[in-house]
Amino acid sequence: MTTNGKITTLNPVGFAPKVTRKPLAPRLDTLEGRTVYLVDCRFDDSDIFLKQMQAWFAERMPGVRTVFKPISSVYLNDDPATWNEIKARGHAAILGVGH
Amino acid sequence: MTVEATYGVPTVAMHTDKFDTVVRQVATHNGMPGLRQVFVPQPIMGKTAAQLRAYVDGVDPITKRPVMQEVLDGLTRPFDAAELGPLEFDRSTPRLLPADTEDNLHRLFLDSEWTDRLPIVLPTEERVAAMLAATHRRPDEVVGRMRPTHFREYWEYTVEKVAVNAVMAGARPEYFPVILALASTGVSARGSSSSSVAAMAVVNGPVRQEIGMNAGTGALGPYSHANATIGRAYGLLSQNLQGGSTVGQTYLGSMGNSYAYNSLTCAENEERSPWEPFHVQHGFRPTDSAVSVFSGCRSTAFSLGLRETYWREHVANMLRGMDPHGPPTLLLDPITARQFIDRGGFSKKDALIDWLYETARMPAGEYWDYQLVQNYIYPRATFGEEPWATKLKAKPEEMIPIFRREDIHIVVVGGETNGYWRIMGCNYQKTASVDEWR
Repeated sequence: MTTNGKITTLNPVGFAPKVTRKPLAPRLDTLEGRTVYLVDCRFDDSDIFLKQMQAWFAERMPGVRTVFKPISSVYLNDDPATWNEIKARGHAAILGVGH
Repeated sequence: MTVEATYGVPTVAMHTDKFDTVVRQVATHNGMPGLRQVFVPQPIMGKTAAQLRAYVDGVDPITKRPVMQEVLDGLTRPFDAAELGPLEFDRSTPRLLPADTEDNLHRLFLDSEWTDRLPIVLPTEERVAAMLAATHRRPDEVVGRMRPTHFREYWEYTVEKVAVNAVMAGARPEYFPVILALASTGVSARGSSSSSVAAMAVVNGPVRQEIGMNAGTGALGPYSHANATIGRAYGLLSQNLQGGSTVGQTYLGSMGNSYAYNSLTCAENEERSPWEPFHVQHGFRPTDSAVSVFSGCRSTAFSLGLRETYWREHVANMLRGMDPHGPPTLLLDPITARQFIDRGGFSKKDALIDWLYETARMPAGEYWDYQLVQNYIYPRATFGEEPWATKLKAKPEEMIPIFRREDIHIVVVGGETNGYWRIMGCNYQKTASVDEWR
């Protein structure tokens, strides 16, 4: 429709889902004496990077136990077995490396 | 995000700095804006252990604070009230845009990144209504959902939203059922992979002739209004209905891909093909109209004909040169299709696919060392998924199949000006009925 030389057009954008907040886990008061999982997403050379981070913990924070844990399959798949293991045996997780 | 939200484990996600904007946006759109994320320089790939140790000992390129300080803080620093309080936001936008002059609207569409940077046809109410008249479907009927990557949330769209994008692409109303069928697949033609992917769309059945699609000379080039605008509409509807295709946010293709301008949209040359049409191979009748979509188009090989003595070796060389993570779809001019029958006796597409599967081999050691195989196939092999788990048992020098047989496809297209043919590395996704959208 044209009114006074102006045109009305339709919006081409799709319908976005509504966003609602998801819970974040409470933080730890300290990492000392805790187990931190270093979770390798198996993309590019993430494993080499996380092993270097594991070495950093061993040198600089020996009171932190670290577990290097590659995900079971490709990062596109959910991995409940690994997440359940971390929940049962770990206190925190560092996941990487997203590129 | 899953580990943090579903399993309640305090988590820090590590990323390379190129992905700062996108990962924060993804976290926010998944309801977790406070997700703790730490950055290291890009790339990780190909760096030595010593170089990556320097990343660990270095600073986060985004915050300029030590990486390990950010990691420790991320796991131990409590969230503040703003990070934990209620959050709900709605990104819905009005159906109509504010009325404006033609020039201003063209500027608005361009600046809003709703176009492919080429001029569009403004989607006025009259033009959209004319498009909608070409289908029996209601304008408010939901057609599907789409997203640019695995990590993004799905956006939804209706028949009317698809019509708006079809108008913008310059499509005629009679093309609309094909465009709706493409939209119904939910396969994005604006995937955000850093590998710069494009889609391919192949139309079969009577609709090809009804709307003047080109299956012959120049079919994959700008020589048919229907091919050109249907393919362009597929791209525009993908980017606008999935929530965008914005560089650095919803598009991360490192080099980009010019196939994305019209998504390699063509008709199969059924009349000159010696084999059954592609859609018939996938469960449709010859009298049905359908469109098949492929994703991940990026690698190609090319040749002329099949020479009498060494044709097998030549084809093997082409297959060996493809990206092992992008299985081959052969695009054959009818001359070459018939040559495959003359040379190899492949009277059916399936027989040729069997031969291609057996021919495409490389030493296992080389195969597993490809970076894309390492990223996407090796993890699945170690998880026990076949056929990769069996391939993983091969000795490094053993010749193993590069592709799965079910991932190899053949399309006949071209006008017989000569027997040129090419291999497109891509993934067949699905075939959708056009007739259901008339």
